[in-house]
Parts: sequence; structure tokens; C-alpha cells
Amino acid sequence: MTENTTMKNRVVEALKDFGLPRLIITGFLLLLLIMAPIVGADLPTQISNIINRFSWNGILVLAMVPMVHSGCGLNFGLPLGIISGLLGATMSIEFGFTGAFSFVVAALIATPFALILGVLYGWLLNRIKGGEMMIATYVGFSSVSLMCMMWLLLPYHSPTMVWGLAGKGMRTTISLEGYYIGALADILKIEIGNISIPTGSILFFALLAFAIWAFLHTKTGTAMTAVGSNPAYAKAAGINVDKIRMLSVVMSTWLAAIGILVYEQGFGFIQLYMAPFYMALPAVSAILIGGASVNKATIMNVIVGTILFQGIVTMTPTVMNNMIHMDMSEVIRVIASMGMILFALTRKTEAKR
Amino acid sequence: MNEKMSNFQIPSKGGKENRFSLSQASVPLMFILICALCIPIAGLSPSYLINEIITRMGRNSFLILSLLIPIMAGMGLNFGMTLGAMAGEIGLILVSDWQIVGIPGMILAAIVSVPISVLLGVFCGNILNKAKGREMITSYIMSFFVNGIYLLVVLYLMGSVIPIKHGSIKLPRGYGIRNTVSLLSMRQKLDNLLAINVSGIKIPVATFIVIALLCLFIVWFRRTKLGQDMRAVGQDMEVARDAGIDVERTRIISIVMSTVLAGIGMIIYLQNMGNIATYSSHSQIGMFCIAALLVGGASVDKASIGNVFLGVILFHTMFIVAPRAGAYITGDSMIGEYFRVFMSYAVITIALIMYETKKRRDKSQTGKELAAAQQAEEAEAGKEA
Repeated sequence: MTENTTMKNRVVEALKDFGLPRLIITGFLLLLLIMAPIVGADLPTQISNIINRFSWNGILVLAMVPMVHSGCGLNFGLPLGIISGLLGATMSIEFGFTGAFSFVVAALIATPFALILGVLYGWLLNRIKGGEMMIATYVGFSSVSLMCMMWLLLPYHSPTMVWGLAGKGMRTTISLEGYYIGALADILKIEIGNISIPTGSILFFALLAFAIWAFLHTKTGTAMTAVGSNPAYAKAAGINVDKIRMLSVVMSTWLAAIGILVYEQGFGFIQLYMAPFYMALPAVSAILIGGASVNKATIMNVIVGTILFQGIVTMTPTVMNNMIHMDMSEVIRVIASMGMILFALTRKTEAKR
Repeated sequence: MNEKMSNFQIPSKGGKENRFSLSQASVPLMFILICALCIPIAGLSPSYLINEIITRMGRNSFLILSLLIPIMAGMGLNFGMTLGAMAGEIGLILVSDWQIVGIPGMILAAIVSVPISVLLGVFCGNILNKAKGREMITSYIMSFFVNGIYLLVVLYLMGSVIPIKHGSIKLPRGYGIRNTVSLLSMRQKLDNLLAINVSGIKIPVATFIVIALLCLFIVWFRRTKLGQDMRAVGQDMEVARDAGIDVERTRIISIVMSTVLAGIGMIIYLQNMGNIATYSSHSQIGMFCIAALLVGGASVDKASIGNVFLGVILFHTMFIVAPRAGAYITGDSMIGEYFRVFMSYAVITIALIMYETKKRRDKSQTGKELAAAQQAEEAEAGKEA
């Protein structure tokens, strides 16, 4: 009897922990998966789409983890890292590298940019503890709009990237054909019927995810979690709080830089100008849908969240269209993802600074 | 002990004020400099420039004034003013379908928008009460969330559930609203009412009267019991609660007022523009209004009516001259466009950073003062012993 009630309590607790919005979103995706074959959408293609989009976006979502751990909140400043990645990508092409090797070069060039911007960003966030998320959002926005000017002014000359007529100023979209399109995805690619699995990209994600997981279990990683959950205690324990926070911000920024490169090699295009503007929001809502909160996130949250979020993004248009001939996917995506962020922001969090 | 603490606080408060005004003046000064540099380069005729600035003052001031009340209540910059803007748009869409023209149409649109604004404001206020300490990011995400609901209503429910008769505003598929809704019947009706022409410069007197009335209302409101309560809540929520003020309710009221005013402001804004971009008119409005207010020297926790007008003039002068100046310097008109967007975001970023650093500094200052007071107390106690 007592065991039964504790079981029941535990289930209720688990459900409460899971949260109603999350439950609705998961239920909605399951419904979509069941509906898909009934309304005549091709399920294997859908699943293949989800897997592919997971491989594009996984690392961008993973970039949230270090900053959440160190108590810097959700990294709305993701565009800053994305800009480092874009600088790496465009420079690699400008310097004449082609094929899959240009991906390696892009990542190598992006790294110092990400480190420098990350240090500056981390320094700023250390000065404004408690107001990180709002300022991160606007640091992202300002940097993207600053780069809009830079894309026009920087001396790029590669004919594949600049406007043909003027001979200067970057195009808004640059095709990666002949460069690093599918650089990771084509490694060990598995194709069965309608399903194609980009094994390389997934392995690369797994590698980075494992690295982050392993890092969080090292001494520095544990210190990072300590700083996030109780900064006063961490300080008393002799941890240099500012240094650890700085490290987490640099890691997040670097992951975002690599993440956008992986996204591009799957998507096949580099998008400049205003494209990175709202890229933080899908990543933020993905990790929240996966079960993270403002100050707690695991690798599992990243994986589950990305699958759920991308599942909804890819499934809703086809299923809805087949079902009621009405494409409401945009509306559903906006309401679901923003609702999830709102829900997370209104939760009481343990760590008060 | 208590007496001592109050003794400590009086001099430190004076010092804070001084530092405050200095850092507050820096942003307007920077913009005056930018404008002074860009105006000669842009080479626009003075009458054109003044005309544009006056038009934009009439267009935007009401919207920006709607931001003042939540700042008073300590809720920061209300990024959720977009909610009101959406309510205003819904009002205008419905009224233009009912074919009510001119000033009566505008008034009716305002009447329609108010209940929607109140509803959204209550919703927003409740959410913000659950997210104390991060109101701004929450209201910012809120604007996206409600935009999703707005899309649902305007794109799917209007024409199918909410009756829309006229084909000129309905999408050809039979439901949903077109990308642009023409407001030709209401275009500048308020601006042209009582408009006077001073040597080629049109002054929309009626619009300015409406704005002046709102200013008077805000000045009066600050002195009412509710206004005082809001200021108390803005200063310290716990103290206000102890003083018997219903903090939650006061905060909700401040957001509701801001949302309602933003809705009416949006109607004034759109009657000047002459058409509604159904899916984008509201999306940037919050950002531009907040940037303008901050350019005028406001900060996250302090803003006055003077800030609003100074901000409108400086920000929009920059907005008018930057593309031309940029085109002249670099030969590319897009540079100036991007420059003014960058400046809008940069000024918000800087204001937010200044606010947060100041908050931290004050906090550590209070801590230090407390520690000093305690030490003095102990020393005294030691002496006595």
C-alpha cells in the first residue's frame, strides 16, 4: 500500500518535473508520427529528414550546455559564436581551399576568432552577473548588425562569394558546391531506400558531446557545475568563479562556431547578413524542450531536445498539409518554441545571485 | 544602529546622483555628435529635415511614452509593448473592414483595441510576476510568443471564424489577411486635422495635442496614489509589500496601462504611415521605440518625458541622415541602412550594460557601507567595554 502510494507519488513527481508544455510537445510529436502514415506522408523520408536535421543542429544546441552549467543562463548570444564560424567559413573559401579540406581550414580559422570574441564576451558577462540573458541577446544582435556592414566592407574577392556585377560585397547566400558541402555527412553515409543517415556528422556530434560530457566530469568541469549551482559556496571552496565562467563562455562560443560550420556542410549554403540573427532561439527552445532548465542541462537534454524540436519542425508542414490542406506549421513552431522558453523563464530557479 | 545607517545613506545618495547624470548624458552626447557629423555630409535641405523630424515626432512619441509607466514600476524596458501594437493592428484591420473612415474609424479602432490590450496586458503581467528579476528577457520572448498567436488569428481565424467581408483585405484563398492593408480612408486624418503650415513645414497640431494630453496624464498619474505605489514598488518590492501595497497587482496594472497606450500609439503611428504591413509592422516597433527612449538619455530604471522627446529627435535625425551619409562616404547605400540598425542595437546593449554594472556597484556599495557601519558599531562597543 505504502509502496504503491510512493510509486504513484514518484510518477506524479516525475510528471511535474517533466512539465506540462514538454508533455504537450512530446505528445504532439507522437501524434504526428502516428498520423503521418494515415494521412499518406512517407514515414521513412520523414524520419530521414529528422535525423539529417538533427545532425545539422545538434552542435548548436550543445553549445548551450557549458554556459548553463556555469550559471550564465541560456546563451542568447549564440550569434557571436556563429559569426566566428562564418568568418572561418568565408576566409577558408577566400584563401582558395576546396573540397572537404576547406572544412578543416574553416574550423581552424574560426577557432581563434571564437576564442577572442569568447574572452571579450565572457569578460563582459562577468561584469553584469544576474543580467546575462538580456545582455547576451543584445550582444548577439549588435554583433550581427555590425557584421552586416563588415560583409560589405571587408576585402573579399573570391568570385563565388561576392556579387558578380559589383565585384565586391558578399552575397547573402553562398553555395558550398565544390567546397565543404557534405564534408562530414558523406563520411560512411548509409542509404537504405528512402532513408539516408549522415553517419559522419552524427559521429562528429557524438565526439563533441562525449568530450563535453567527459569535461564536465573532470575537476574543472565539476568546478563549473559548482559555480553554476552555488557561486558563493564555490567561491568559499577556493574556485575562481570569474575564470570558470569565462571558460564556459569561451567553450559555448567555440561550439557555436563549429556548430554553424556543421550546419552549413549539411545545409549546403553559407547564409550571411541577418541570417544568424534569430539562430539562438531555436537552439534555446530545443534544449529546453529536451528537459533542461535555465540552470541545469545535460547532454541527454541536448539529444532529446534536438530530436523533438526538429521532429516538429519537419513533420508539421507535411502532416498538416496532407491532413487539412493548410500549412500552419510556422504558427505551431513559433507558439511551441516560444511557449517553451517562456515556461522555462517563469520557473523558480534554485541558484539566486 | 538605525540612525547611523540613515546617516550613512544620505551623502552616498547625493554622490550617486552626480555620477548618474554624467553617464546618462553620454549617450545623447554621442548621438548629437553623430548627427552633427552626418547632417552636413548627407546634404539634405533643412526644411526637408525639419519636416521629416516633425512627422516622425508625431508618429512615434505616443508609442515611446507608453514605455514610461513600466519603467516607473521597476519592470525595466517593456519589450512587451509589441503586444499592444498587435492589438492596435487588429483594431485597425477590423475597422477598415467595417468601412468606417476618418477620425471616427480611428476612435473605433482604439475602442476595439483596448479590451484586447487589457487581456494581453493581464496575461503578460501575470507571466512577468512569475519571472521577477528577468522581466526584460521574459517580455522580449513574450512578444515572440504573442506574435505566434497574432499569426494564428490574422492568418487563419480572420475570414474563417471572425467575419471579414471585403476582398481587398482578405487573401484570395478566402481566409487570412493580405500582407498589406491599405488605410487610405484614415491616412493622416489625425495629422491633417488642424494642421498648420509654417513656411513649408507641416505641423500636425491635433497629433501633438493628443501627445500633450498623454504627457499631462502621465504627470498627473505620477502624483496619484497608484502612481506613488508604482514608484514604491519600483524602488523596493519588499519594502512596498511591507507598506501594504499589493505588489503583484500594481505591476500588472502598470503593464496593462503600457499595453493599452501602445495599442493607441500604434493606431496613431499607422494612420501616419497610411497602410499596415500586417505581418511586420509590429515586429521592429518595440526595438526602435526602446532605442529612441535610451538615446534620449533614459536608463532601464529612470526615464522622463524629456527623454522621450530628446530621444525621438536625436534618434530619428540619425535615422534620416545615416543612409545618405553612408552612401556618400562609401558609395553604398546599404552601409547606412545597416549602420542605423547597428546603432539601435548598440545603444540598447550599452544601456543594458550600464544599468547592470550600476546595479552591481550599488549593491556592493551598500554592502560596504553596512560592513563599515557594523565595524564602527563594534569599535564603539569595544571602547565602552
